[in-house]
Amino acid sequence: MKLETYISTYCHIRNNKILINGKPFIKDAFDTDFSIFSKKVYKDLNLSYPKFFKMDNLSKLAFLAAECVLNREKTNEDDNIAIVLTNRASSLDTDRKHQSSIQDKESYYPSPAIFVYTLPNIAIGEISIKHQLKSENAFFILDAFNAEFLHNYACSLLENNKAESVLCGWVDYDNEKYDCFMYKVSQIGDIKHTINKLQNLYKIKD
Amino acid sequence: MSKRVAITGMGIISSIGNSVEENLSALLKSKHGISRISNIHTRHKDEIMVGEITLSNEELIEQLNLPETNNYSRTAMLGVIAAKQAVVNANITNINDCKTGLISATSVGGMDMTEKYYYEYLEDNTNHKYIGGHHAGDSTHKIAEQLGITNFVTTISTACSSSANAIMLGARMIKSGKLDRVVVGGADCLSKFTINGFKTLMILSETYCKPFDRDRSGLNLGEAAAFLVLESEEIVVKQNKKVLAYIAGYGNANDAFHQTASSGDGEGATLAMQAAFKVSGLQPNQIDYINAHGTATLNNDLSESVAIQRVFGENIPDLSSTKAFTGHTLAAAAAIEAVYSVLALQNNTIFPNLNYNNAIEQTGIVPVTSIKKKNINHVLSNSFGFGGNCSTLIFSKKL
Amino acid sequence: MEALKLELKEKIIEQLNLEDISIEEIGDNDPLFGDGLGLDSIDALELIVMLDKDYGIKLTDPKEGKKIFESVAIMAAYITENRTK
Repeated sequence: MKLETYISTYCHIRNNKILINGKPFIKDAFDTDFSIFSKKVYKDLNLSYPKFFKMDNLSKLAFLAAECVLNREKTNEDDNIAIVLTNRASSLDTDRKHQSSIQDKESYYPSPAIFVYTLPNIAIGEISIKHQLKSENAFFILDAFNAEFLHNYACSLLENNKAESVLCGWVDYDNEKYDCFMYKVSQIGDIKHTINKLQNLYKIKD
Repeated sequence: MSKRVAITGMGIISSIGNSVEENLSALLKSKHGISRISNIHTRHKDEIMVGEITLSNEELIEQLNLPETNNYSRTAMLGVIAAKQAVVNANITNINDCKTGLISATSVGGMDMTEKYYYEYLEDNTNHKYIGGHHAGDSTHKIAEQLGITNFVTTISTACSSSANAIMLGARMIKSGKLDRVVVGGADCLSKFTINGFKTLMILSETYCKPFDRDRSGLNLGEAAAFLVLESEEIVVKQNKKVLAYIAGYGNANDAFHQTASSGDGEGATLAMQAAFKVSGLQPNQIDYINAHGTATLNNDLSESVAIQRVFGENIPDLSSTKAFTGHTLAAAAAIEAVYSVLALQNNTIFPNLNYNNAIEQTGIVPVTSIKKKNINHVLSNSFGFGGNCSTLIFSKKL
Repeated sequence: MEALKLELKEKIIEQLNLEDISIEEIGDNDPLFGDGLGLDSIDALELIVMLDKDYGIKLTDPKEGKKIFESVAIMAAYITENRTK
């Protein structure tokens, strides 16, 4: 059975800018590091979620993108939203921090709060906790954004009734370099969910 | 009726043996592989016990006939050994005689080499070759290269449930006809990275881990790799394949509770088991054996017990955790336990839950503590990972 | 003791990334876990590392932490009694 599937909302976060459905969400982009930028976005989204500040950069990036996508549409935990995320750097940015703390012979104090983020799928956990999403979730490490892979995975989940919608994305963060493209696929929406369309949307520039 | 997914080959290397036969023999003799650590020099060596594979990196390189210039991490070498065994076991002569894929799971990747040469990297470039081997996808690509798989190759990383999800994705791709054959599993080697990380979470036992015991004091880390060959019904018929078992069900859910801890009501685990039952069409009372996640942490074993009670009610099937044999092998855990689940089906044997004395007070669940022979048709295996990722697989003799 | 309490509050905010909380908002006897500051098990482990790093106190059982981290006042008293640096 082939289902007609659609993209209802999509979001880009890159170069200290956020685009929602291709339009700038924060007008005044400015030159700063990710921690300050992400804090500004947190405030602009009117979030009150202190746990945000305990997250590592990868989780912050994924979390903010998920907020942008999911808050556009009134969602609740009964909606059965699956999550499939991909990236290239895995959790390398935080792995490095943990690694340097255990290599330091003079000052050996590995931090549990850092170690818990040394897995990329913790970012999925953070989104799941915030939105109470208990559906299927998976994280894949790929060389680059792969529209075909995500398209097939999302379609398979929807066709097999594993989920009513799927939050998909590419969320890559390493050493202040980041790139995030997240979108929601279901049977409702204005944009046809095709491999070609995904490739084009991913490349959108502001 | 949906298509059946057959398991036609298995390979494994763990602290209790370097082949399927050696692992089975150790399980039947209740011979565990937990010891003090010897291959890694860590400040914690006298405080922890691990499930370590005794072969050194040099021995692994020799066994695999790798050139001196190789940049294989230990994870990659263990993965190649297990994956090659699985392909041989499945009697595959031409890996690309049908649409074949590889889905491999890892959590530490090439971390072992990175931490070994961390300082040297800065001083000279002798070992710079290993930097390219750090990436989590690298071990997968090396396995693919060694097996000659080019069609579909991907790496999954969802912590300690990673290889369950690799098996699940593989089964699904065969059902949907995207692949005819897929090699699925995972590999993780011991590293200071994980030892120190788990140490900071204070969930490493100083002695032999005691899954499901009232006085359990944490887990033993381990290293291993295991792979299964999954094939479609058409290939099985066409190539007259011997079927070891079938993947009957799979389910995955998020616990949506905490970054690392499992919820008190075992919500994610409950949802994962229920999802697997739905796919399989089986009822809980048809399960003959549960190979539990059972890491022996205070948190997991209680949460998993509660979830099992929610799913099975009063009639909990025979249950054991094999982690007291192997240690917790992280991204490889679900794959080695898939091999043990198939061995349980083939040998009609339940492998014991070692080191158990008293039941957890809140649930009273008593695992099987010595070898038990009985007819086994369906085995359920749980694997839960940090990030709330919960997975359940169901293996069946016949479908 | 007062100086130590202030120091602890600063460290708790800094170490545990309590972005929106100021020193004045943490009372000496306020519960740190549960409803108080909403700290969780990872925060408790982080405080155990802090005890080791800054005061030379080594805890081996996370359960010990539960009692010590009840409030800033109790923490300060425990540190004063047991510190090695």
